[in-house]
Amino acid sequence: MDSARTPLIETVNLKKLFKLNGGALLHAVDGINMKVYSGETIGVVGESGCGKSTLGRTILRLIEPTSGQILYNGVDITKLKSGKMRELRKDLQIIFQDPYSSIDPRKSVVEVIAEYMFIHNTFPSKSAIYNRAAELMDLVGLARRYANSYPHELDGGRRQRIGIARALSLNPKFIVCDEPVSALDVSIQAQILNLLMDLADELGLTYMFVTHDLSVVKHISNKIMVMYLGKCVEMAASDELFTNPLHPYTKALLSAIPEPDISKRDEEFVLIKGEISSPINVKPGCRFAARCDYVSEKCTGRDIELKEVAKEHFVACTLCNQEVGK
Amino acid sequence: MKNDLILDIKNLRVIYQTDLETVEAINGIDLKINKGKTLGLVGETGAGKTTTALSIMRLLPEKTGKILSGEIHFDRQELLKLSPLEMRKVRGNRIAMVFQDPMTSLNPVMTVREQIAEAIKLHNANLSNDEVDQRVETALSMVGILPSRKNEYPHQFSGGMKQRVVIAMALVCEPDLLIADEPTTALDVTIQAQVLMMIRELRDRIGTSMLMITHDLGIVAKICDDVAVMYAGQIVESGTVFDLFTGEKRHPYTQGLFDSIPSLNTRSNRLKPIQGLMPDPSNLPKGCCFAPRCQHCMDICINERPKQVIEGTHTLLCHLFADSSAAPAPQEGE
Amino acid sequence: MSQATVQTPDKIVFKKQSQAKEVWRRYKKNKGAVIGLVLFSFILILLAGANFIVPYSAATKGVFSQINQPPSSEHLFGTDSYGRDVFARVLYGGRTSLMVALLATASSCLIGSTLGAIAGYFGGRVDGVIMRSLDIFMSIPDILFTMAVVFALGANFQNLLIALTLAYFTNYVRLVRSQVLNLAEQDYVEAAKAGGSGSTRIILTHILPNAMGVIIVNTTLNVAKIILYESTLSFLGLGMPPPAPAWGLMLAEAREFMRAAPHLMFFPAVAIVVSASSINLIGDGLRDALDPKLKS
Repeated sequence: MDSARTPLIETVNLKKLFKLNGGALLHAVDGINMKVYSGETIGVVGESGCGKSTLGRTILRLIEPTSGQILYNGVDITKLKSGKMRELRKDLQIIFQDPYSSIDPRKSVVEVIAEYMFIHNTFPSKSAIYNRAAELMDLVGLARRYANSYPHELDGGRRQRIGIARALSLNPKFIVCDEPVSALDVSIQAQILNLLMDLADELGLTYMFVTHDLSVVKHISNKIMVMYLGKCVEMAASDELFTNPLHPYTKALLSAIPEPDISKRDEEFVLIKGEISSPINVKPGCRFAARCDYVSEKCTGRDIELKEVAKEHFVACTLCNQEVGK
Repeated sequence: MKNDLILDIKNLRVIYQTDLETVEAINGIDLKINKGKTLGLVGETGAGKTTTALSIMRLLPEKTGKILSGEIHFDRQELLKLSPLEMRKVRGNRIAMVFQDPMTSLNPVMTVREQIAEAIKLHNANLSNDEVDQRVETALSMVGILPSRKNEYPHQFSGGMKQRVVIAMALVCEPDLLIADEPTTALDVTIQAQVLMMIRELRDRIGTSMLMITHDLGIVAKICDDVAVMYAGQIVESGTVFDLFTGEKRHPYTQGLFDSIPSLNTRSNRLKPIQGLMPDPSNLPKGCCFAPRCQHCMDICINERPKQVIEGTHTLLCHLFADSSAAPAPQEGE
Repeated sequence: MSQATVQTPDKIVFKKQSQAKEVWRRYKKNKGAVIGLVLFSFILILLAGANFIVPYSAATKGVFSQINQPPSSEHLFGTDSYGRDVFARVLYGGRTSLMVALLATASSCLIGSTLGAIAGYFGGRVDGVIMRSLDIFMSIPDILFTMAVVFALGANFQNLLIALTLAYFTNYVRLVRSQVLNLAEQDYVEAAKAGGSGSTRIILTHILPNAMGVIIVNTTLNVAKIILYESTLSFLGLGMPPPAPAWGLMLAEAREFMRAAPHLMFFPAVAIVVSASSINLIGDGLRDALDPKLKS
């Protein structure tokens, strides 16, 4: 992760505020700075309502950001006209959570996979596009005999493979995976995770892996960002985050996973009180303060900045003031 | 021994029949829950977990669901022989159920107090209004909700809070058996932890027996005493949690489930998923249902249904262990 | 499983299973729909071939010696109060009535669906403008509205068409808008955007085909409704001007002789009912046949 390299994707103070009826503002993404280097997988973890899915979609400009910058290879794409943006869609792709609603029920499998290639006319002829679609089916482990089937005839795991083949059809560089396995059964989940990791190796893909499942994110990511109410509260390399979590929220999140390990049966969860508070008209200050056991007067009144407390380990918490190199 | 059982299911077979096909949902399962214990029923979508629960409650869809054979003994009563009226007295009062989705289990136009009160009055018609109110408040504070919120409507509660209300409703009549069908699957992990701890504490306090349906082995490890692993309508392995988590022998399917979970502790690059898919329940294989996906599949597995192998508290449905001395145990590593 | 090696490509035939064939296969399974189709085709053939069966003059020129005669071998459906052949009038009237109904439905569907799709998909201010103007349209009762149009423009085929279109397109706007609002939420629409699809393409390839089932059923119901509505208008003297035959007009004229010559009302009424219900049956069948989820 040398800093001289240009990140593949970088966001600078990216914000998405939704205006609600009556003028209230919903802070979905509230000033996110992140850098993703080519070949890396960054995991974005958080509970429902923390803005992680919105972040993924905003980076792809499927949702227009309110302010801030999104740099792709160092170039700001937030101001691009729709024609230029359409070209860029080849490089930036997404895999959806729900293998049912993300596929048009009226299109056959091969039509779904070929759709993007027809939009961009990547090949001169129809048959060339269909041939490529067949190769993609091989690539994601979907038997060719399903080519003319309709999605509703297939199970969730196969449908998710269709979604992956579609995302790969334009040879993207960067893929946002929005909870791609959380709708699947455990055994199928593992198949899809393996597939995604193989593809990353073979095709040199860069993922942003959005999920609520910490064990999945640890498994697949190099770097993890923990989000809470639109803010990044902690960001570090995967192993570092799991062995040395610093933010109270990260700690609670890690401790709340029921592990399939009988020796930990009697370990108590570190419970955090209450539930995620409302993201509407948020006041400045640490977003987690209301549920935090270590809250002090320093936590409210102003937003807490991310600080680099160890190499490549960033935390936004008043408890961690030690900044490296300062 | 017999009297220690709160629930004893014997050779239950359930099918769903439509004009087009017959789905064999449950193919002869035996299930026992000891008084005061919690049994975890583990399996993937379509394994027959929910059908089992609905059979106990006698709430199978009337037109399609059919119990072909079997007995369900609940505390000396044979549930399948009860009249609908008698069954209604058991339901809610002595056996309560919590469903996965708290949003759909609550009536959006009734206050929380009204809904809990209704559950109380249904089985205690002679209580005065004050007494009912008293019980509602106790129930709410039991699940960690301020009794002052009793006059609010479900939409004023968050998902986790709603599930607490649902649990309060289920526990308010102090049932002998609580069936929880994936009660925390719809919740966030920190909220799940809160609710799980609460369920565990309440269970221990009231002494309710529990059937915990889940797909998450982590939850089983945390709160169950016994486990049954279901696959394609059969129980392929059952025993105490220690039999299952630390025992020497494991059914290949159970092993596959463990291997499919990304571990938090080890850094392995690839998971070892179970290959293939669950068989079509309207067209089950002739031999062992898991054979087509099994790494240890032998000729006999394809042709013959396996018989149950019983070793103390641990039962396995697998040809590998038929002759215990000769069978190779599936190794942990591969 | 996830090995990313390309297998030796078997001869891949991505024949797009002829959609029409598939639809027809599913349509055939619905008996009612087949009956509807047979009936309606029969009606269409009869109407198209009317010239070969009875001359047009029989429908317009009466013989005064033969008024209000009951059905006989010479006049299959009897004669009316001007001595005109009712059979001929039902045939030629059907041409007008069905033509008006089909054209008015088609144009109201086209205009309404387009507006509805635009309003639903783009939302915001566009939606506001379209829906508010629609409210104005809808605040005037249909019948008053059509009367006003026909009075202002005069009663003829073309103006009747305009009046009916204006009265019926509002249904489509609301229907299609609500469908589109729902469908635009689907992830596959977002997926299409992520692939670089423009709005027009998304509406045409993803949204409208998925809304089609509802639109088609509504359309067939509408054809039936407009046939009936056209008779109402004729009844009020706002439909096709006499002596040109039309089913509604025939009903209106038959009213005076309901007791003396019930056949005058019976035959056009049967014609209306049969054509309306056969179209409804076809609609039901189409809805199911067009939905791939109901395949089997």
